[in-house]
Amino acid sequence: MTTTDPAPVISLEHAEKSFGAVHALADGDIELFGGEVHGLVGENGAGKSTLVKILAGVHRPDSGRLLLDGEEAIFDNAKQSQAAGIAIIFQEPTLFPDLTVAENIFVGVQPLKRFRRIDGRRMRREASTLFEQLGVRLDPDRLARGLSIADQQLVEIAKALTTNARVIVMDEPTAALTTNEVQRLFRIVETLRARGNAVLFVSHRLEEIFELCQRVTVMRDGRHVWTKPIGELTVPSVIRAMVGRDMDALFPKLPTEPGRVVLQIERLTREGDFTDVSFVVRSGEIVALAGLVGAGRTEVARAIFGIDRWDAGSVEIEGRRLPPGSPSAAMAAGIGLVPEDRRQQGLVMDFSIERNIALASLDTVRRGGMIFRGAERAFARDWALRLQLKYARLTNPVWTLSGGNQQKTVLAKWLGRKPKLLIVDEPTRGIDVGTKAEVHRLLSELAAQGVAVLMISSELPEVLGMADRIVVLFEGRVMREFARADADEDAIMRAATGLVEDAA
Amino acid sequence: MTSLAEEPAVVDRRSSSHAFAEFLARFRELGIVLALVIVVGAATLDNHLFLSAANIQQILAGSAIIALLAIGETIVIITRNVDLSIGSILGISAYATGVLYVHHPNVALPVVFLLAFAIGAVCGAMNGLIVTVARVPSLVVTLGTLYIIRGIDGAWAGGNQVNASMLPDSFNKIGYATVLGIPYLGWIAIIAVALATYAMRSFRTARDFYAIGSDPAAARLAGIPVGSRVFLAFVLSGAIAGVTGALWLSLYASVDAIAGVGYEFQVIAAVVVGGVAIFGGSGTVLGAALGALLLYTINTALVVVNVSSFWSMALSGALLLAAIAFDRLIALRLAPAMRTRRTARG
Repeated sequence: MTTTDPAPVISLEHAEKSFGAVHALADGDIELFGGEVHGLVGENGAGKSTLVKILAGVHRPDSGRLLLDGEEAIFDNAKQSQAAGIAIIFQEPTLFPDLTVAENIFVGVQPLKRFRRIDGRRMRREASTLFEQLGVRLDPDRLARGLSIADQQLVEIAKALTTNARVIVMDEPTAALTTNEVQRLFRIVETLRARGNAVLFVSHRLEEIFELCQRVTVMRDGRHVWTKPIGELTVPSVIRAMVGRDMDALFPKLPTEPGRVVLQIERLTREGDFTDVSFVVRSGEIVALAGLVGAGRTEVARAIFGIDRWDAGSVEIEGRRLPPGSPSAAMAAGIGLVPEDRRQQGLVMDFSIERNIALASLDTVRRGGMIFRGAERAFARDWALRLQLKYARLTNPVWTLSGGNQQKTVLAKWLGRKPKLLIVDEPTRGIDVGTKAEVHRLLSELAAQGVAVLMISSELPEVLGMADRIVVLFEGRVMREFARADADEDAIMRAATGLVEDAA
Repeated sequence: MTSLAEEPAVVDRRSSSHAFAEFLARFRELGIVLALVIVVGAATLDNHLFLSAANIQQILAGSAIIALLAIGETIVIITRNVDLSIGSILGISAYATGVLYVHHPNVALPVVFLLAFAIGAVCGAMNGLIVTVARVPSLVVTLGTLYIIRGIDGAWAGGNQVNASMLPDSFNKIGYATVLGIPYLGWIAIIAVALATYAMRSFRTARDFYAIGSDPAAARLAGIPVGSRVFLAFVLSGAIAGVTGALWLSLYASVDAIAGVGYEFQVIAAVVVGGVAIFGGSGTVLGAALGALLLYTINTALVVVNVSSFWSMALSGALLLAAIAFDRLIALRLAPAMRTRRTARG
C-alpha cells in the first residue's frame, strides 16, 4: 500500500460515451495508483464528469475497458462500483437530512447487536473515531439537515472510509468551500493518500491541483490529452493543453456600431451568489459573461431578470431603474431571458409550438381578455418562419422538436416581444453543430438590428467568436473585462480560474 | 470570497438555530401532553364526570383504535407515501370477523386475529404492489383501493348487521374488560406503540423507511431497496388496519357496511398533529399515538361540555393546520441561516 506499488488500482482505457447525438466522451483514459492524488482538469464540457460517472457506475461506457487491479470489470450500477471499493464524493453530496450524521455514515451497514438490532452506541463511537482519524470535529448525533457543504462532504468521506474504499473520487469538491474548509479538505486528502488510497481530484482551480496532486491528466473535448507528473508541469503548460484547440469558423459575427447604453448594472450584490458586479451592455452589442460553472453568471442573469432579488446595487434599463425581484417589471422594461435549462424553464413542454411562441406575447393575441387561436397561430407562424423553425405542425407539442429547434422556439417567444435586451444563458448547449451556427447567426443579426445581447457561455470559442466585449466572473466577482481585440483563450481561462494577471 | 473572520459567527448562528429546532421537535411531544392536560382540566371544570373512571376508559379504548391505525400510517407517511385505505380495510376486516363468528361461533381467538391480519396484509400488499410496480402515487392508489374495498364490503354486507348477541363473550370481553383500570384495548395500544417506537429506532429496515422519505433518490444511490421497503410499509399498514378491525368489532360489538368510514382522515390528522412530517423522513410512532389520544380526547371533551360535534370537527381541522403551521414555522426559521451557510461559499 505504498507509492512504490507500480500497478494501477483502477484504470480506464479508451472509454467512449454518447448521449444521443452528443459525444460526451470520445477517448477517456485514466490510471489511478494507490497512495497518489491524481488531478483531472479540463474546460467545462471536456468530459470530466462523464468519466467520473463511469467510475461511479452511473453511466456505462459505450466502448473501452475498465480494469480493476488489472482485471476487466463492468459496473452496471452505483452499488457495484461501491462494492469494488470506489467512493465518489460529489460536489453537492446527497445525505439524508432527517437522519443523524452517524446514521448517514452507516446507512445500510449499521453495526448490529443481538436480534439484528442497530448498535447505536457503537455506531456513534465509530463515527467519532472516523472523524478523529480525519482530524475534524463533528457531532455524530446531530441531524444532517443544515450541515454546510463542507461538513456534508466530510460525512461522505467518512462513509467512504467505512466501506474501506480504496479509490476516492472527488468531483470538484472545493467549488463550494471557503478557504479554511479547502485547507481542511486538503489535510484530509493528504491523510487518505498517506493511508494508501488512490484519490482522483477533479478541479477547475489549477493552484489546488499544483498544491495537492502528484500526477495530472488533462482532458479536452472528451479526449485524454496527456498525463504527466506534476514536476514536469507549469500552470501555462496546463492551460495551453486545456484550451488549445482549433477555432471553429462557425461564428458569423457581423460588425456593429455599439449605440446607447441599454443595460447598466452597478455594484450588484446578492449575498452568497455574487458581489459588486458592474458592467454595461449597449445596443447592437453582444457582451459575453464568461467564467466557470458556479462563478455566478447565471445568478447575475436571474437577478437582472428579477427571478432572484438582489441585496445591493442597481439595474437600469435605458436609464430607468428596475425594482428588484420582479420579472414582470423586467419584461415590461424590454428584457427577454433565454434560460440555460430550456426544458424546465424556457418552455412548457406539453404545450403546442404556437402556444409556446405566443406565451410571452399574450397581449398581442388577446382581445378583451380572450386569447384568439387565429391570432396566436398567425403570430407563431410569422416568427417560426423568420427563425426558420423546422416543425411538422405548429399544433404539435413542443417536445416533438429537436433541441436546436426547441431553442429557436424559446428565442421566437422573446423576439416576439421585440426586446431591447436579450439575455441568453448557454444558448447552444446540447444543440447540433448546424443549428448552433444558425443560433449564432440569429444572435448576430439581432445585435446588428440594435438589440443589446448579454450572452452567458461556457464555450470559449463561442465567447471569442461572438462577443464584442467579455466580462469574466470568478467566484461571484468581475475578474476582468476584455475588449474583443484583446481577448484570447489563455487570458480568459486565467481570469476564470482566478489567476491574477502579472507577467503573462 | 468569505473572510475568515465571518466563519465563527455563522457557525454559531447555525448551531443555535439548530438547537432551537431540536428543542421544538422535542417540545412537540411535550406540547401534546400539555395540550392534553389543558383539555382534560377545562372539561373537568365544566363537568366533573369527565374524569370519571368510565369516561377515561371510554377515551382510552376509543383512542386506542386510532392510535393503532396511526402506527401503520406513520410508517407509510415516513416513507413519503400515504395510505388512505385503512378505514376501508378496518371495515372489511371487522365485517369478516363478525361473519366468521356467525358461521363458526366456536372458532379460536388466534384464528380470528390471524384472519383479520391476513385480510389487512393482502389489502396492504395490493396497495404496495401498485405503488411500487406501477409507480403510481400512493395518494391516488389508496384513494382507489379505499373505494374498491369499501365497495366489496358494501356488496358483501348489503344491509346486514352483525351484533353483540352473535359474538361470543370471550371476544366481546376484549372491548370492555380492564386490567388495573385500563381497558384491554388501551394496553394493547400502549404495548404496540412502545414496541413500534423501539423497532422504528433499532432496525435497519426501519431506518431505511426514514432514509427513503428523507431523500428517495439518495436512498437508491445508497443501495437501499426502495421498492421492497415501500411495499413492506404498505403491508404493515394494511395488516395493522386488519387486526385493528377485529379489535374495533370487539369494542363496538356490532358491524355493518359502513364501519370505519372516514377513519383515514382522523388517523392522518393524528399523525400530523403528532409531529410526523407529511413529506416523510421524520416523526415518531409515539408522537402519532399521542396525537391520536389528543384528538380523541378533544372530541369527547366537546361532547361532554355540550358543543356540537360539527364544532369538534372544525377544531380537529384547526389543530391540524396549527400543527402544519408550526412545522412550517420551524423550517422558515431555519431557512435563512441555512441559506447563508450554504451560499456563503458559492
